[in-house]
Amino acid sequence: MDDLYREVIIEHYKNPSYRGKLDPHDISFADNNPLCGDHIQIDLRVDENGVVTDARFDGHGCAISQASADLLLESIIGKPLEEVKKLNKDSVLELLGIDLGPVRLKCALLSLKVLKAGVYGMKEASDSLVE
Amino acid sequence: MKLDVTQIRKDFPILEREVRPGVRVTYLDSTATSQKPVQVIQAMDDFYRRSNANIHRGVHTLAEESTALYEGARERIAKFINAESARQVIYTRNTTESINLVAYSWARANLKQGDLVILTEMEHHSNLVPWHMLQAERGIELEFIPVTEDGLLDLTSYKSLLDRRPKLVSFTHMSNVLGTINPAAEIIRLAHQAGAVTLVDGAQSVPHLTVDVQALDADFYAFSAHKMCGPTGIGALYGKLDLLEAMPPFLGGGDMIREVKLRSFRPNSLPHKFEAGTPAIAEAVGFGAAVDYLSAIGMEKIAAHEHEITEYALERLEEIPGVKLFGPSADKKGGVAAFTLDGVHPHDVAQILDQDGIAVRAGHHCAQPLHEKFGIPATSRASFYLYSTKEEVDLLVNGVYKVKEMFG
Repeated sequence: MDDLYREVIIEHYKNPSYRGKLDPHDISFADNNPLCGDHIQIDLRVDENGVVTDARFDGHGCAISQASADLLLESIIGKPLEEVKKLNKDSVLELLGIDLGPVRLKCALLSLKVLKAGVYGMKEASDSLVE
Repeated sequence: MKLDVTQIRKDFPILEREVRPGVRVTYLDSTATSQKPVQVIQAMDDFYRRSNANIHRGVHTLAEESTALYEGARERIAKFINAESARQVIYTRNTTESINLVAYSWARANLKQGDLVILTEMEHHSNLVPWHMLQAERGIELEFIPVTEDGLLDLTSYKSLLDRRPKLVSFTHMSNVLGTINPAAEIIRLAHQAGAVTLVDGAQSVPHLTVDVQALDADFYAFSAHKMCGPTGIGALYGKLDLLEAMPPFLGGGDMIREVKLRSFRPNSLPHKFEAGTPAIAEAVGFGAAVDYLSAIGMEKIAAHEHEITEYALERLEEIPGVKLFGPSADKKGGVAAFTLDGVHPHDVAQILDQDGIAVRAGHHCAQPLHEKFGIPATSRASFYLYSTKEEVDLLVNGVYKVKEMFG
């Protein structure tokens, strides 16, 4: 329990550093978690070398989904998109520093799913993006 | 005479379950599915140990016994909702399938483009999506009785919708989120005056209230066994005889036929016309045992007990700063308490409560449009049944305080 709601997660949930929208942006994508209705939109700015220069997320959801979005964006700023494409489930779990059951895993991975669908320019986010 | 809850709890072995060492389950999710008493578990176990065979047609002893058990359960279920005859009770998989049966068989035979179906804003997805599908296929029109701020149906708007001469009014008897018990008899009376057929989603009402389909004058009434102490995988559709007789079959296959030729068939009589293939036989036996169990205790006593628990739960939850409850006051609702807690997502509430063994549901509870109406993505929902106690409500309230503390 104390693991699941580590200080860092509560902190990023209550005081996220990257909540908001970017206008203009180079990439924007949004999706829901159909199980619980959590919603996340991610906006990115990317420079001519394909490096992420700024990122924001917006939406609503539980502490796990919102904190993982904030941690995820923090981790990708300054990184090339090619590296973002390589992120997977383990990258997010490492950021959160916890282990999650199957239901909460979906909450944690929503932001990565949205991010990768946006980076790949897909119409719909799919679970296979985060496996 | 009040319900002897201590005695009743002994019938439900799962309530003794420790979800982790030293932490006993506090099951507050009966609206999703109820727990099962030993009487039901035993009846199904006995069936498999002693009687199991396929039903109808078979002439051997086991087949005859199985058929008698399957049909006997139907008769007791019919009596439980005061249906005129057991022929009017069709076994389905669940409430969802019962509603789909009406949507596929009755509605496709009777509704054409432009015909109006009235639903409500508090419907479960099971009483929305079948009609969305028919709308896409047939071009029927849908209108919705609005839900007021305090979680009741706006009957004035309903009356003006009826001026448009709907063909069908389909609504929930009791909301699975707000707990609202709708004035079903009144809604049906008004629908009939306007010439409409009525379908009632009774998934939450049959387990908790005395339901008399004849007194309600319902044309169709749908419910599930698993929410009323019975097994999953079986439910029922009640229908008025003339409507059911005139309806074409739903699924085709064995048992639903009187005669089959290579290029044609004649359907069987009621209720078998709608029961294609080998049905859920052991589940029907369990369903019958469930209505026996509830009847022996008495639905009025059960409803009174749930009312007492609900009143107490609403009172205690209301005390907690930051908690917002949804739905009407205890006198207008069944045993459901859906709430939000300021600053904490319902998923987090449910997860933290689970650490103390408290099982509540978090999400939109298959009623997404209703949550949108109230401008919230999700709620936490505690729900109560005949085995729920005030001590369990206290555990819930303490748990919510703990959540508040963690999120400070």
